[in-house]
Amino acid sequence: MLAYVLRRLVLALPLLLGITFVSFLVIHLAPGDPVTALAGGDLTMNPDKLYAQLVKEYGLDKPLHVQYWNWLSRLARLDFGRSFAPHGRLVLTMIGERLPITLLLNVVEMLFIVAMAVPIGSLSATRQYSAFDKVTTVFVFIGFATPDFWLALLLMILFGVQLGWLPISGLRSMNWEYLSFWQQQGDFLSHLILPITVATFGGLAGFSRYMRQSMLEVIRQDYIQSARAKGLAERVVIGKHALRNALLPIVTILGLSLPTLIGGSVIVESIFAIPGMGQLMVQAAFERDYPVLMGNLVIVSTLTLLANLAADVAYGLVDPRIRVGRRRR
Amino acid sequence: MRGFWRAFRRNRLAVIGGIVTACLALLALGAPLIAPWDPNRPDVKKILDQPSRAHLLGTDQIGRDVLSRMLFGARVSLAVGFVSVGIAAFIGIVLGSTAGYNGGTIDGAIMRLVDLMLVFPRFFLLLAVLAFLKPSIWTIMAVIGLTGWMGVARLVRAEFLALKEREFVLWSQSIGANGFRIIWRHILPNAMAPVLVAMTLGIPAAILTESGLSFLGLGVQPPHATWGNILNEGKEVIELAWWLSVYPGVAILITVLSYNLLGEGIRDALDPRLRQAGGRVGGRGR
Repeated sequence: MLAYVLRRLVLALPLLLGITFVSFLVIHLAPGDPVTALAGGDLTMNPDKLYAQLVKEYGLDKPLHVQYWNWLSRLARLDFGRSFAPHGRLVLTMIGERLPITLLLNVVEMLFIVAMAVPIGSLSATRQYSAFDKVTTVFVFIGFATPDFWLALLLMILFGVQLGWLPISGLRSMNWEYLSFWQQQGDFLSHLILPITVATFGGLAGFSRYMRQSMLEVIRQDYIQSARAKGLAERVVIGKHALRNALLPIVTILGLSLPTLIGGSVIVESIFAIPGMGQLMVQAAFERDYPVLMGNLVIVSTLTLLANLAADVAYGLVDPRIRVGRRRR
Repeated sequence: MRGFWRAFRRNRLAVIGGIVTACLALLALGAPLIAPWDPNRPDVKKILDQPSRAHLLGTDQIGRDVLSRMLFGARVSLAVGFVSVGIAAFIGIVLGSTAGYNGGTIDGAIMRLVDLMLVFPRFFLLLAVLAFLKPSIWTIMAVIGLTGWMGVARLVRAEFLALKEREFVLWSQSIGANGFRIIWRHILPNAMAPVLVAMTLGIPAAILTESGLSFLGLGVQPPHATWGNILNEGKEVIELAWWLSVYPGVAILITVLSYNLLGEGIRDALDPRLRQAGGRVGGRGR
């Protein structure tokens, strides 16, 4: 097991270097030098001053390898610089404030998705071609095709504007400070309802589809027949023997959705004005706030890499075949 | 091929999807002829008019006809969908076939690159790049394509790994055909089926990504009409003009839905076993 963990770690190192390299490249992607691109954008700062700041921050006047080396050594010291916005706060602090919000939102969303997708997928697989199966299939296709920002708009019109039941932006009401502790918690939760609904809807379609597929494959296996043959109740056959095996691919897919889990849903966060990682990224893109963009890119992808690593190790613990066999795929 | 058609025609939903996508393509191509008004001509006397006989889908904040704007928006959506998927498929095929055919170190290096690209959340990478580039329809196409090739690369590589051991490849190698020719003339045509399916399913994903970016205001810029930026502008007047926030969304929904139905229909007709492959170009960018 230790050898397996070490092997995964060693394989992750070049990826980590790759992350820093890609993020570094992004700055140099602009056609010509950054000034030309900057001049076109809507800027709060005058382009010459911004460029001067860029040169100072990233040493753009030095040779490329020197620039990259400086960038790397700063990263090693966790120095992500300061935002170019007037407040000039540390990038690391800004991210530190927003990461927990995004994580909370996405973990809750994932729990909802899994809690609903597993029964929906299993039921439509065990009752293939039934009315339930057909209805969920229609739902899945609509779910795939609905743009999340549009769904968010519609829900905002309905529940926010027409009915006035739910708040449609931010995480706190204006009168937050005057509420009692429990009212504050309730207020916070009511702000989460719409964003989580939208985010869950998008993911639910995909997951219930995968779950159905996986369950369909499992229930055709011989060991399921054996379980039935030895007289187990259908509930036990499906709920215990089939479900456990059908869940394995779902774990893999959960692992694949880690980037979204950490990065957050850019669209949902910016539409509902939730101060998370995604919204920070959009703001930074609009304001051409390079240190924030680069810092965000590096931190989110590094965290994703680490989370993938942890998921792989956990998977290896659960399923010995993965440890012994060659690497996945 | 005949077997394919028979299987495809039996799938009613897929046929409907095919017909709708064809109609959408015609509408987009014919937009300059069909559109009742100039999509960019403002009219101060018709600001936020309700849908009516003159303006079937109403008008926007500066009195432009929404139907005409949506017809021209369809051109953008479809063009972005096709071109960016074309770019993604090209990169995916080149890298996937190189990796699968050669194996060893080359394969390892290319697959690490795939892993690396997958570590970045798609929208983060898109935003980081778009912040530096002038947003135009071409940069959007390029950026969506360049960040969406990993699925195809994996798919093609897997096909190549299986196909390169088959007799017809060993045969060509034994008579001294060069690697390039074997890849393009012998193996690739046999590996194209899943790629075509992934491309058909990649188009709606790219359309969703583009409309999302345009909705955020970082995609195709106004006055160029796209479904995403009509929704973005409509958001400001959502309490006054519901039609600006409803119709473009319906258009995206129908387009994406019919491409998905078509793609899944092609997949099932080609080979029911492909159901498990499920590689999409890009996937849902969020």
